[in-house]
Amino acid sequence: MSVAETTGPASAAPLLRIRDLKVGFSSHGKMLPAVRGLDVELSKGEVLGIVGESGSGKSLGMLASLGLQARNAVVTGSVVFKGRELIGRPRREMRALRGSEISMIFQDPLSSLNPVMTVGDQIREALVLHNRSMTKAQATARVLELLQLVAIPQPDRRINQYPHEFSGGMRQRVMIAMAIANNPELLVADEPTTALDVTVQAQIMRMLRDLKEKLGLALILITHDLGVVAGHADRVAVIYAGLVVEEAEVRELFANPRHPYTRGLIASIPKLTASKDKLYSIPGAPPMLGALPEGCAFHPRCSFAQDVCRKVAPPTVELGRHRASCHFAETLPPWGEPARAAQSEEPAHG
Amino acid sequence: MPLSSVQASPTRIRLPQWASPAFVVGGLVVLFWLAATLVPSWIAPYDPLSLAGRRLQPPNATYLLGTDALGRDVFSRTIHGAQHSLPIALLVVASAVLIGSAAGAISGYKGGIIGAAIMRLVDITLSFPPILLAMAVAASLGPGLGNAAIAMVVVWWPVYARLMRAQVLEVREREHVEAAVAAGAGHFRILTKHILPLCWTPILVSATMDLGQVILLAASLSFIGLGATPPTPEWGAMISDGATYFYSWWIAFGPGMAILTAVLGFNFIGDGLRDYFDPRSSK
Repeated sequence: MSVAETTGPASAAPLLRIRDLKVGFSSHGKMLPAVRGLDVELSKGEVLGIVGESGSGKSLGMLASLGLQARNAVVTGSVVFKGRELIGRPRREMRALRGSEISMIFQDPLSSLNPVMTVGDQIREALVLHNRSMTKAQATARVLELLQLVAIPQPDRRINQYPHEFSGGMRQRVMIAMAIANNPELLVADEPTTALDVTVQAQIMRMLRDLKEKLGLALILITHDLGVVAGHADRVAVIYAGLVVEEAEVRELFANPRHPYTRGLIASIPKLTASKDKLYSIPGAPPMLGALPEGCAFHPRCSFAQDVCRKVAPPTVELGRHRASCHFAETLPPWGEPARAAQSEEPAHG
Repeated sequence: MPLSSVQASPTRIRLPQWASPAFVVGGLVVLFWLAATLVPSWIAPYDPLSLAGRRLQPPNATYLLGTDALGRDVFSRTIHGAQHSLPIALLVVASAVLIGSAAGAISGYKGGIIGAAIMRLVDITLSFPPILLAMAVAASLGPGLGNAAIAMVVVWWPVYARLMRAQVLEVREREHVEAAVAAGAGHFRILTKHILPLCWTPILVSATMDLGQVILLAASLSFIGLGATPPTPEWGAMISDGATYFYSWWIAFGPGMAILTAVLGFNFIGDGLRDYFDPRSSK
């Protein structure tokens, strides 16, 4: 990345800009911070990968920005979509927005479909919810078109079937058809391939990619699979303990990770060429919500940790369009094959 | 015969899912009483209200279940009695299901103060023994089958409210509901299209079994004079008559058997339905 670029990301107004989004749960009078400050933005037609471990707050943060948080959650911060602030917007308006301009796909396509409604009825519902004037015939025609678009064979027969008559991959296609029914501008895919076979995963990802090109939609890919991100995202935000710890273009992130956590994640990807019997893993476990360590939340697991990391929360260091929240973002040893190998050599405790 | 046992056991094999022996027997019994409700005169040889012969005759070929203290045919009265028990039971259960499910669904979906208030009302109602509460309500409204029916709805709706609330609480958290929210669906649509259709099974099973229980409760109210009034051939009222003529056992025997078979029949059907809907039974 060029060092001269100091104006920060995307000069044109982004499609979605999330600033300092916080989600907390009050429990026994204490506030448990689940998302401690999410900062991401996304331009039209872009694919943003959001990566993190289970419980890192990646799904929660995105759901909360669409107003889909749990009843007992407290959400603060700012989410601007197409110039409109979403946080604090009346629920009616959020409802009108969801499913039309912003859609979601969930992890498990079987449990995300209503088992007692035919697939056609469910897609039709998604349509009619946002187009009250649509006639039944129009809706049915559009449903068939959508099923074709997501490559479901024999749509005229499939339209009257129930979710249990579909295979996992087919169900996820149905979910996608529902999500794109109203030509959204932003599609949030929450672990869209986690519940699927590897081969089906590839099909679904390719389809999402194609649809993105065809319909010009922006995609947020929430996942814990760096492989999916490497293959499909334009930019990546890595989340740890409710904070974005690193964000960069996908190539830059993999070529030159500036946060030890990101390095650990990349080092734990199994490699075909490595001839070791043990896979590298980041030592320790993610912190508990109520017991975040002082200073940098990652320091107990970090092999670079110094005294400052244990006391002071790290600043966000911007290196062009690459930013990382680490005291040593600029001074970490260069990341290349030797460094990667060295990291992999480290014994994995726990 | 272990294969026909109603008790669920994991190794049991049953041929057609829906046709357990108990279900078939229950179905036949209920069909018989339905016929008695719709066309009693095809089955009953005499008019239930007019005198058919000498009074207090024991069962014989002419009067299958004997005659009562006024000389009316007990068998004919028993058959005609179905007309007073079955429709009331259906009406009471249907109303209780409607009111109870609506209350339970709202309580489960909305939660909060409204939900809690509904559930406390349910708790209060259920804390009374059903027969006592039904007696109190029926007594305050005055005798008559209509008032008895209202009293029974008052007693019965909380059962369904609890059942429905539990179902809604569970289904509400499923992912397809979240997906519907994410698609922009409103509360009413989510509740009616994405939650309630998945909640009916236990309600249906319970309602079928309760048909029998309500027949019993209606008869009990009539027995103590709070339900049907003479000379209506209502089963409970007839048993009450029979109790006066203790040594003419047949007067109470007819309606007693009627209640027994009707209650058992509905229970068997309910059992069959539960086995059919239970995902743990072999499929």
